[in-house]
Amino acid sequence: MRQFTKHGKIVWISCLKHSQSKHFGSPLIRLCRFTTPVRCHTIIQCAVVGSGPAGMYCAQRLLKGLERVKIDIYESLPVPFGLVRYGVAPDHPEVKNVTNTFTSILSEDRVEFCGNIHIGKDVRTKMLQEAYHIVILSHGADAERVLGIPGESTAKNVISAREFVGWYNGLPQNRCMQNKLDLECEEAVIVGIGNVALDVSRILLSPIDLLAETDITEESLEVLKKSKIRRLTLLARRGPLQVAFTIKEFREMTKIPDVLTIFDQPEMVSSLQSVIPDLPRPRKRLMDLMLQTSKATVPAAKKEFHIRFLHSPTSFNVDEDGKLCSVTCAINELHPETKKVLSTSSQNTIMGGLAMRSIGYQAIPLESELPFDVHQGIYKHQVGRLEGMPGTYCCGWVQTGPEGVILSTMSNAFALSGTILKDLKSMRIEEKPGLDIVKNYLSAQGHPVVSFEGWRKIDAEEQRRGKAKGKPREKMTDVGEMIQIAI
Amino acid sequence: MAAAIILLRHVLPRTKCIATAYFQPQYLRSYSPVRRNFMQTSPAPKKARVTVTFIRHDGKRLQIQGKEGDSLLDVVVNNDLDLEGFGACEGTLACSTCHLIFKKEDYDRLPDRPSDEELDMLDLAYGLSDTSRLGCQVVLTKDMEGLEVQVPSGTSDARGS
Ligand SMILES: Cc1cc2nc3c(=O)[nH]c(=O)nc-3n(C[C@H](O)[C@H](O)[C@H](O)COP(=O)(O)OP(=O)(O)OC[C@H]3O[C@@H](n4cnc5c(N)ncnc54)[C@H](O)[C@@H]3O)c2cc1C
Ligand code: FES
Repeated sequence: MRQFTKHGKIVWISCLKHSQSKHFGSPLIRLCRFTTPVRCHTIIQCAVVGSGPAGMYCAQRLLKGLERVKIDIYESLPVPFGLVRYGVAPDHPEVKNVTNTFTSILSEDRVEFCGNIHIGKDVRTKMLQEAYHIVILSHGADAERVLGIPGESTAKNVISAREFVGWYNGLPQNRCMQNKLDLECEEAVIVGIGNVALDVSRILLSPIDLLAETDITEESLEVLKKSKIRRLTLLARRGPLQVAFTIKEFREMTKIPDVLTIFDQPEMVSSLQSVIPDLPRPRKRLMDLMLQTSKATVPAAKKEFHIRFLHSPTSFNVDEDGKLCSVTCAINELHPETKKVLSTSSQNTIMGGLAMRSIGYQAIPLESELPFDVHQGIYKHQVGRLEGMPGTYCCGWVQTGPEGVILSTMSNAFALSGTILKDLKSMRIEEKPGLDIVKNYLSAQGHPVVSFEGWRKIDAEEQRRGKAKGKPREKMTDVGEMIQIAI
Repeated sequence: MAAAIILLRHVLPRTKCIATAYFQPQYLRSYSPVRRNFMQTSPAPKKARVTVTFIRHDGKRLQIQGKEGDSLLDVVVNNDLDLEGFGACEGTLACSTCHLIFKKEDYDRLPDRPSDEELDMLDLAYGLSDTSRLGCQVVLTKDMEGLEVQVPSGTSDARGS
């Protein structure tokens, strides 16, 4: 436990959190061992904005590299872990094991979790820059790309995969999704061919019993139970060689009980045969699996998962009730050399009563004053150093763009931490107040802050509620309720 | 129950039994000291010690003693090796942070070939080679004595900095 003195210095009294940390979490990380510590008498105050993998792995590396450091992890939600909690699919619990490592990091004495603080709204970035030596922006991609075609925002039952993912994972902002989602139709269309498109397809097509034992929210489970969808079509702008999904996720699709994976243009997949041998191994194995799948003899199945290449939606069409009934697509071709998408004059209409857009997440800046490249959807930076703002850095999806798995985000965070440690060696370190200023400011406003202990209470309550239903946890989706339990 | 899970892990294909065991609270704590104590007190026959050397990307050699029957991930965890980020998914074939590169002759001698699922995860690893394996899937046997494995940097640009 720590106490804050009047002068803003932090006094360590005892380490309650440390003793707790022995009872859970992974000892994979040894935070107390310093390989190349940066020596400094002043405590280096470090603010991390966002508690997803980028922020957590930065904290892990900085703890290791700095002896006297205090890392405050600001999170807009009352709960930590970003997309590991709110993106990773509920039927992929293994991926979420990484939260054990993150929990060990959060339970370190030199780390403080500050939940329910939205940087940019509740606290300005400028305040952090003044109060801290180092500010790391790792707030992920909070928005998404849109198609910008007729019917996209007006047709009923045209939704974004991002909202759908948020809803089944219990993201508070998407909690009322069931009001605008109708799974009564038999045919659905998903625009996009990345791993998120496969995640949502799997959730829509998987046997409900398999989902019932995951941490999927009760509300979404109820809606999915009644789903009539039996034919799902994935639309890809480009060809089979350009798919964005990875092999693990595709193999899973081919293994869902009672679901058949069908390539609507098998000839395009079989034409891969001649190029496969020359591809790098990961691509080669993926294309091989697609080829085998397209060749497989077709048994009857309850549900069908179709993949259709070279289709770009041009409009969402509605029936007399304003509800989606079909999607008109332009047929594309690929430039023989550059492989750029060229639109042809041909069109095709795909029937469907539900459409989901899954063409990518997008990062937005915390505040308009920060240097942001709108075109690329990332901060303007040099190897993570924010342009014109010494001491401020960006990490994870706000630095690299919203692509890649936890592994790539981890690599990015480790690399950035290396840069920060290097920069600190030549930085003049004067005493800075860190969290004190922010806490004083927020308590004057009466703004509740959720601590690590508060999150542990929410966590315990969620697990308790889940246990009663045979699930690992039942997530709370109401921020007010979370805060009430935490404080 | 815990015993059953732990023993099963060494017999069954390593993916499924671990993934389904996620919901077992004991397993969730599988890398906590609780499990290690448990393993020490189980009445299993005495296991042979095997010397393994992990060579980090910065050239540092970490030589330790592993136990026959342990995976290379277990060895890293039980010996508290300083390999950052290693084993993020705790051996459930869901992360590829336990990527290791073997010498050709050692790779060829490994008792089993990688499964499709292991290869799928390896395909996402940085610095993939023909002799790459995931450490959580390779189980030590007596005749691996003296094994040397490379731990790739894992950081796409760590070599530059
Ligand atoms: C649907 C989906 C499924 C995925 N599944 C997998 C998978 O199975 N395996 C895998 O390896 N990878 C998966 N990924 C990728 C993985 O989630 C990302 O690589 C990783 O989460 C990116 O980390 P990040 O820290 O940059 O962003 P995030 O994880 O998004 O973390 C950002 C955090 O910042 C917080 N924040 C946002 N704005 C503010 C603010 N103004 N103030 C304070 N805090 C703020 C957010 O609430 C969030 O907690 C998936 C991604 C998605 C979208
Ligand atoms: S520890 Fe995650 S794949 Fe081996």
